[in-house]
Formats: sequence, structure tokens, C-alpha cells
Amino acid sequence: MTLDEAIYNQLPALQVIVPLIAVPLVAMMRARHLAWLACTLTSLLSFGIAVVITTELLAGATWQYAMGAWPAPMGIELRIDSFSALLLLIVTGASTLMLLAARVPIAAQIQSIRQPLFYAVWLLTLGGLIGILVSGDAFNIFVFMEISSLATYVLVAAGRDRRALAAVFTYIVMGTIGATFYLVGVGLIYMMTGTLNLADMGVRLEQVADSRPVMAAAAFITVGLALKAALFPLHIWLPNAYTRAPHIVTAFLAACSTKVAIYVLLRFDFLIFQESIPNHALHFAGLLLPLALAAMIVGSWVAMFEDNLKRLLAYSSIAQVGYILLGAGLISTTGLSAAVLHMFNHALIKGVLFLAVACLGVRLVQLRLSELGGVARHMPWTMSAFAAAGLSLIGVPGTAGFVSKWQLIVAALEVGPWGLVPIIAIVTSSLMAVVYIWRIVETTWFAHASTAVASVREAPSWMLVLVWLGVAANVYFGLQPQLPLTLATGAAELLLESCCD
Amino acid sequence: MTLVFGTFLLSMMVLVAIAIVREHNLFVAVMLSAIFSLLMATNLFLLDAADVALTEAAIGAGISTVLALGALALTAEAEQRHRPKYRWLSIAIMVLALVALLYSTQDNPRIGDPEAPVHQHVAPWYLEQTPILIDIPNVVTAVLGSFRGYDTFGEVLVILTAGIGVLFLLSAGRNDLLPNPRRIPDNTIRLRQHTIPHVIGKLLAPFIILFGLYVQFHGEYGPGGGFQAGALIAAGVILYGLVEGERPSLALVPPNLLYGLSLGGVLLYGGVGIASMLLGGNFLDYSVLMTDPIAGQHWGLLLIELGVGMTVTGVLLSIYHAFAARDPH
Repeated sequence: MTLDEAIYNQLPALQVIVPLIAVPLVAMMRARHLAWLACTLTSLLSFGIAVVITTELLAGATWQYAMGAWPAPMGIELRIDSFSALLLLIVTGASTLMLLAARVPIAAQIQSIRQPLFYAVWLLTLGGLIGILVSGDAFNIFVFMEISSLATYVLVAAGRDRRALAAVFTYIVMGTIGATFYLVGVGLIYMMTGTLNLADMGVRLEQVADSRPVMAAAAFITVGLALKAALFPLHIWLPNAYTRAPHIVTAFLAACSTKVAIYVLLRFDFLIFQESIPNHALHFAGLLLPLALAAMIVGSWVAMFEDNLKRLLAYSSIAQVGYILLGAGLISTTGLSAAVLHMFNHALIKGVLFLAVACLGVRLVQLRLSELGGVARHMPWTMSAFAAAGLSLIGVPGTAGFVSKWQLIVAALEVGPWGLVPIIAIVTSSLMAVVYIWRIVETTWFAHASTAVASVREAPSWMLVLVWLGVAANVYFGLQPQLPLTLATGAAELLLESCCD
Repeated sequence: MTLVFGTFLLSMMVLVAIAIVREHNLFVAVMLSAIFSLLMATNLFLLDAADVALTEAAIGAGISTVLALGALALTAEAEQRHRPKYRWLSIAIMVLALVALLYSTQDNPRIGDPEAPVHQHVAPWYLEQTPILIDIPNVVTAVLGSFRGYDTFGEVLVILTAGIGVLFLLSAGRNDLLPNPRRIPDNTIRLRQHTIPHVIGKLLAPFIILFGLYVQFHGEYGPGGGFQAGALIAAGVILYGLVEGERPSLALVPPNLLYGLSLGGVLLYGGVGIASMLLGGNFLDYSVLMTDPIAGQHWGLLLIELGVGMTVTGVLLSIYHAFAARDPH
């Protein structure tokens, strides 16, 4: 075996081990620039591994890895398929982009001596999220959910804004309830099957299908993960946490944290429960569709009247979770692939929007619309990037946002006459997005300059380069959606493979 | 007999839980939650889960109580009263969830039923194969350390996250990350004036630490391992700190050393995994560490348990000092 092959076989493990092993090393560093550099390079390396894994996957490779060389279900197994690969790209890509941009905003928001620890916690978040994505074991997912959640709480509370502590407290309580519900569900399944391996669970659950503990498990797991995914009406932790977190942290979390919860939710519901609980598809759709539609309307509605820029975008995220679960609730290949594709596109859109907010945050303390009048005339590059990403959020043709919304509409049309309801909701919610994005554009470009922005300069050029890189990605994946679309369709077929015939 | 004890202990736990929720004095609530943990530990012991019982007793009843008291010393003892909104709605949801749970328990396998699914699938394999593949008497250690060693690596990282998180958050607005022994205020909590706790505490502390070391290195043969050992050693040092005060306790184990232990433990654990990768195996495949696979497993378990013990001791003590070394004013 050559060295290349040896490394190649270890890639699934390296994907998660690299950021985690770097944690103690970064935490030992005293110099903040060195810590930033080490953290960014680690994240970049993770992104590289994710790219290689995805490329090989598209070329037909399958990724399975036995931790400790113990065969599943005795040992813990890692498994990467097209669904996890797409999410890996989102998480590692978002982390790398935000870290590249992080130095200036973090210097403004966190004391120098604390920065190495901040970057160590960032790597813990990254490693935890990756661990969830690559894992093929229900309890192992819980362990990594704990790592990523705990680390996320710390990241949110990291800034100078002491109000973040109150926001984090709500987040901790809600997040812990979500994780506990998940664990109770996994415990019940273990009681009925004696296994923790996801694939094995799907097989063995068929023998005890339709038993009460399994139904209770489905309820616990679905509710727990919906809480983590901030599905309406379980979203109340999200707006404050996003608003009070350091800007760059918000950008990272908005791009990936709720998506990872949705990933686990879809995996469990489609690969495990739909096989073993009669009519689960119907229950799943019956529960999720109304909530998803409500999220789309309520989230966008609140965003239309919100003054705080970050909170506005947070409510918009709640609406976007609705879009994703709407696609999943249609239980069809088109619907699911639209959902998965929208996870990718929304990460691109919100990542760029919040990164533009971070650019604003470098120059301004108050990010209320009422105090941002005319700021775009001082920061034209930042605000035009914001507007461009806003177009993608609305779903203008030629942007990434259009592709997934179009897919969603196609999927809804397949349902028949009832499909009109989701289509109306999609159009209404998108029109509301036009309103709140236009409000921001109008205020920042055309309103009378407020005194707060009089002496503001454009954001650092390095950050602008990165924001515009994100805008370019939005356009690129709007015109050339093959890569995410192939992965999303692969994911949808995988999820529907074993059920819903 | 188990049934009678179990019913008694579980109903006691429900009562204590209700008392904790209804209590407005935080000191009392902390004490009640220590009792809750002790009841839980006894319950786990009844179910023959000695390893978990030991952990629950040491961490749940012991250290988290001390940590909560340390946090209380920095704030107020009485809870601010406010009437929660939607109180009846919350109660209604709780009752609904409770009814659903009770409904779901009806198909549960009976406790101790040898035909239950958990005793039919992977568990028998662990029991059969542990003597052959790993050759240690404590199957729990084999499962946690080797078969599911990757989970345990994750758990150690959870602990490290907690430690780094507390140090990071409590250092906000300060000039140093770790407590500086020279700048500790003289008025921290201690029991030097109280003769009986002082004498007994000082006598007990070394024995607790010694017992911790025994649990650490005997984990393959009896209940215990790195987690329990780390908690016990930390409890011993904390007891010393409570009796003698912060300054002597920090002089005994300096904050830098604790920080190094926390990080070093994770590095050691991950390092064993990487070493097995370099030797041609998978991550945490200890069999490749030595020419004899069983000897490799022994060495692997010994090293990772040491890593766990280091991180747990380091993190628990770092968290304790981060609270205890703060000026209450």
C-alpha cells in the first residue's frame, strides 16, 4: 500500500480528527495571530478533505470507516454519502470563509489574550458539526452534538455585548431540552433494538415496528431536532442568539448550525422511522407542512417590521428553515432535492449577508436600520454586496436562491391541486423578502445620512474581497447548479430509497 | 427486593425533583440536587451499573454541588420571584408529554428480561469477545475504552469544551486567563476557623486522592477508569482548597499545570489514535500498537484512560478555581 492510498483510506476519520486534534494546540498558543493562522489553516485543510471526499463520491466511491477497526454495529462506523458530503462542504466552507475574514472583526470584539481560546472553541464547533455529519451511529451523533452545542454557546457569548449572556442562557436551556429529547428517543430505540448503529437500527426496527416505545422515540427525536433546527414555533432561542453573538460568529452559525440539525432530522425520519412506523410519511408531512408554511409567513412578516439588522436577518432565517422543511414535507424526490439544495443555497446567501453585516460592524457599533441612513454612500462595496445577496435571497433568476425556489415550486406542482397552497406561501414569503430587503437598500442608499455614519469609511478591502467572493458563488451556483443539484438529488434518492413507495 | 428498593428510590427522586422546582432558596435547591444525585447513584448501583454509579456520586453529588455553591457565593442566595407567563399552558404541555410517555412504556421489555432486545444483539458479543480480544475482566472499560473508544474521545472533548468555555467566559474584561495565585483576595471561602471540618477535611483529602489513583489504574479490573478517577482526584484537591483556602490550594497545583493537564489529556488520547493510524491501523485501533494485539489493547486502554483522567482532573479543578478565585465583591 502506498502512502497515498494509506492517507486516502483514512480520509473520513481525518475529516473529523484534524480540527479536533488542533484544538489543544491552538489553545496552547499565546500569540493571537498565530492562533488565528493555525485555526484558519486547519479549517482550510478540512475544507480540502471535504472537497476530495465529494469528488471521489461523485466518481462513484463509497465512504465507510470503522473506528478502532471494530466492525459495525459493535464499533462505531463513519459513513459519508452525498447528503453528508454536501453538508460537509457547507460547514467547512463557511467556517473557512468566515475565519479568513475574522481577524479584523474579532480584534474589535474580543480582547487579545482571549483570542487563542476563542479560536480553539471555534475549532471545537467545527469539529463537532463535522462529527455529526460523518457519523453513522445514533449515540455518537449525540456526543458530537454536545461538543458543537457547548462550543456554540461559548462562541455566541464571546463578544463584548453582555446582553449576549441572557440570549445564551435561553439558548442553553432550549438546546439542552432538544439534545435531551434526542437522547431519550435514541434510548428508547436502543431498548427496542439493542443497537445504536443507524443502518442496523433501520433493519432491526422492522421487527418491532408499530410498537409504542418506537412511536414515542419518533416523537421525541423529531421534536428535539426541530427545536435545534429552530422550526417555528420552536425558534424563540434563535433571534436573540444571532443578534447578540459577535458578527463573524453569527455569519458562521447562520450558514450551518440549524442545517446540521435538519440533516439529522431528515436522516432519522426518512431512513429509520418511515420504514418502521406505518403511515409515518403522512404524520411527518401532516406535522411539518403546516409548521413550515407558518414559519415562512411569520418569519418574513416579523422581518418586514424589524429595526435591528441582525435580528431582521435572523427572522428571515426562520422563514428559510420553513422553505427547507416544506420541501422535505412533500415527500417526493423533487421536493427533497429542493430542500437539500435550499440548505446549500441558503447557507451561501445568509453567509454572505451576515458577512456584509460583519463588514458594517467593523465600522459601526449600532446596527439598527434607523441609525444606518445613508451608510451605503460611505460603504458602497459592502452594501452593494449585501444587495446582491439580497437578490439571491428573494430568488431573482440568475442567483442561487432562484434555483432552489424554482425546484420547490416544481415539487409543489407535482402534488396536484393542493400544491397551490405551498406555492402561494412561497410567492407571498418571497414578496415579503422583497419588502424587507428593499427597506434595507432604501434606508442605506437613499435615506438622509444619520449623524452616526457621517465619518464612516469603507470596510477593510480584504473583507470586501471575501464578501464579493461569496456573491460570485451565489451567481455561479445560480447559473451552474450542477454540483449541488447532483448531490441534492443523490441525497433525495437515498432518503426515499427505502420508503414511501 | 430490588423492585421495592427501586420503587422507593425512584419515588423519592420524583419528590426531591418537585421540591427543587418549588424551592426559592438557591442554597437549599443546590443541596436538594446533591441528594437527587445520590439517589440516582444508588439507583444505578441497584441496576448493577457500578461504573456509572461511581461517576454520578463523584460528579453529580460531589463536584457539581461544590461548583454550584461556588457560583452562589458570587451571587445571591435567594431567587428573584416572578410569575411566569403562560403557566397553565406549560403545565398542560408537561402533563400531555407525561401521558404520552406513560402510554409508550406499555410495550417496554421487563427489567432484567434476558429475552429483551438489548441482551440479544451487541451485548452478548461484547461479553463473549472481550476476554478473547482484549482480555480484561471489566467489560464496561472494554466497551467504553476500545469498542466505542471514539465516543469516549468525544466525551473527553465535551469536558475540554466546558473547561475552555468557562475559562474563556470568566476571563472577560480581565488581564489574565488563569487565576493568578498572587492576586487571590484573602476573603475566599474556607473552613480554617471551623475546627472539626478543618481537621477531618485535611485528613480525608490525601486518602481521596489516593483512592482516585487506584480507580485510575485499576479500571480494567474493577469499576472505574479515567472519568471517575479524575473526578475523585479533583474532589480531593477541592476539599483541600475548601479547608485551607484558595491560595495554598493553588500553590499545591498551579493553574498552568491544570490547564496543561486538560489539554495534554486530549492530546494523549488523540495521539494514541494518530499513532495507530501511523502504524497502519484505523483511528484508535490499539491492536496495532504492539506486535501482540492484546498487549496493544492493554497499552492503548492504559494510555487513553490516563488521558481521560488528566483532562477530567484538569478541567474540573480549572472550573472550580475560576469561580473560587474570584473576588466576591
